[in-house]
Amino acid sequence: MRKTVIYSIQSPYRKPLEITGFRFGQGEKALCVVGAMRGNEVQQMYVCAQLVNRLKELEREGCIAEGNEIMIIPCVNYYSMNIGKRFWTMDNTDINRMFPGYDLGETTQRIADGLFKGIQGYKYGVQLASFYQQGDFLPHVKLMETGFTDHTDMLDFGLPYAFVREPRPYDTTTLNYNWQIWGTKAFSLYTNATDDFDERSARVAVDAILRFCVKKGLIRTKLTGGYVTEIIDEERLVQIHSSCAGICRSRVRTGDEIRSGDLLCEIIDPLEGDIISKIYSPVNGIVFFRYNRPLEFEKSVLYKIIKI
Amino acid sequence: MMTVIASAGLAVNERVEIRRNRIKGSAKGTAEKKRVCIVTGTHGDELEGQYVCAETARILSENLDKLCGTVDIYPALNPLGMDSITRGIPLFDLDMNRIFPGTADGTMAEALAADIIKDISGADICIDIHSSNIYLKEIPQIRINEISAEELVPYAKMLNCDFIWIHSSATVLESTLAYSLNVTGTKTLVVEMGVGMRITSEYCRQLTAGIFNLLKNLGMWTGDTEEVREPIVSGERAVDFVNSGADGIFVPCVEHWVDIKKGEHIGDVIDPATGKLSEYVTAPCSGKIFTLREYPIVYGGSLIARILGGDDNA
Repeated sequence: MRKTVIYSIQSPYRKPLEITGFRFGQGEKALCVVGAMRGNEVQQMYVCAQLVNRLKELEREGCIAEGNEIMIIPCVNYYSMNIGKRFWTMDNTDINRMFPGYDLGETTQRIADGLFKGIQGYKYGVQLASFYQQGDFLPHVKLMETGFTDHTDMLDFGLPYAFVREPRPYDTTTLNYNWQIWGTKAFSLYTNATDDFDERSARVAVDAILRFCVKKGLIRTKLTGGYVTEIIDEERLVQIHSSCAGICRSRVRTGDEIRSGDLLCEIIDPLEGDIISKIYSPVNGIVFFRYNRPLEFEKSVLYKIIKI
Repeated sequence: MMTVIASAGLAVNERVEIRRNRIKGSAKGTAEKKRVCIVTGTHGDELEGQYVCAETARILSENLDKLCGTVDIYPALNPLGMDSITRGIPLFDLDMNRIFPGTADGTMAEALAADIIKDISGADICIDIHSSNIYLKEIPQIRINEISAEELVPYAKMLNCDFIWIHSSATVLESTLAYSLNVTGTKTLVVEMGVGMRITSEYCRQLTAGIFNLLKNLGMWTGDTEEVREPIVSGERAVDFVNSGADGIFVPCVEHWVDIKKGEHIGDVIDPATGKLSEYVTAPCSGKIFTLREYPIVYGGSLIARILGGDDNA
């Protein structure tokens, strides 16, 4: 393993921010994995850290394929992580809205530029991504449709579900989008946590990335075969909104198979305790997303169900 | 008349409500069906628009006989942000000006955005007032996407601003309120002026005078107006960005909206612990400084100034 500083920037009051990459193997740039770009992405950093740990072991055992390099960057924005802030410490901008970056631009544009220069040229790229919606998701892989990446590559992660998403205007400044434009086949991998780490789903993510490496001939190791991935069009996801605000008492969990008419949750009046609404599933399906905060607003997305 | 044009239930005993103050004139004329919207408070830390709304509402309410048509004032598109000095929408950490045009069956924020678009759509002109952020002070200016320039510049010139910046199109800006309204046929002008978390009263009065001039030009106002200034239009003139090359505290030595020559001193970046000069910041071109850093602490890359260049005789 070689530990290298990909990019560094000075702070007036702290030691320089040093974005550190861990490289395994030597040769063609085969795979780059980027973890936490936001200060709350603890799970994303944890998955990368576990990946570094497993790859160190595989390297010791001589299981990294010759002629290939794998690089893992567990944490880009640890400045914000160390002070409990989600976006950049000084101006609250989001590094993942600054790609491809600009070396003469503002601070987060420079960070994005420095990082992007260090991670270009890899054949495959995986970003451990997070949602702004708070809730539990089934682990999945997502491809932003740019026409540059083959959908079937997603099958090699062996996760139950893969999604293809049409990019929206605000997506055009993300790492995933720009990685693809610059020739890296890029995927976003989601687990079911962000602010806390979830051991079980982290293991699922680590195994999925290692499985992808095995399928692409980058490492040699024995893993379970994973799932036969189903590629889901986002239109198959049925969103269930709350009709009123209150305390949400969920009756289902992610991964549950439900029938049309099954009770999903009850909304409780937060001051009087009455059940003010009951929300039922309009379709047969699998619970893919479940809002996991106790307080919810009117029109909150409480569930996303994969219609079957 | 105050109306709630969008709302959603919050968790405990409260609703978020976006309000519109509709002021209908009693004057008769050809402009009776015209409507101008003044919107602000998309970012909860931008307050300059509050005073503009207040002044406009006060003057109109005292002179309804001089107003022909309707002026709709939306003082806070992001009321929870305004109430908590939060730039984005609290809890979601979401920039409200990146979710337009929204969608009626989306999340709470997206549904609110869709209701806002629905309510403003069809107005003759919409003025969307912003006030930079806490880091930068802006001279009163109108920002126009190049794809709408031909149609909007004549109206922008009526608003008594100092500068009209026609900027290039960027895909990411397609999620803004102004873009969403302009592409669906509601002419929308974006004003940037002042600095976040403050009210710069002279700028507010300057823009208010411009709004009444615009109303007069639309045939909606018969009251007195002030003579408005002729703005500089960026046109072919380049805008140069001055970014800090070092970290430390920035101490300016120039005033805002002054002429500056290439190579002239703008200010210093200093190491606060030692007093040592980290960077002697100079102008990369001759022109006028229309953006100047207000918040002193800088990283490498922090924006210090924007200069409207292309004026080597300045």
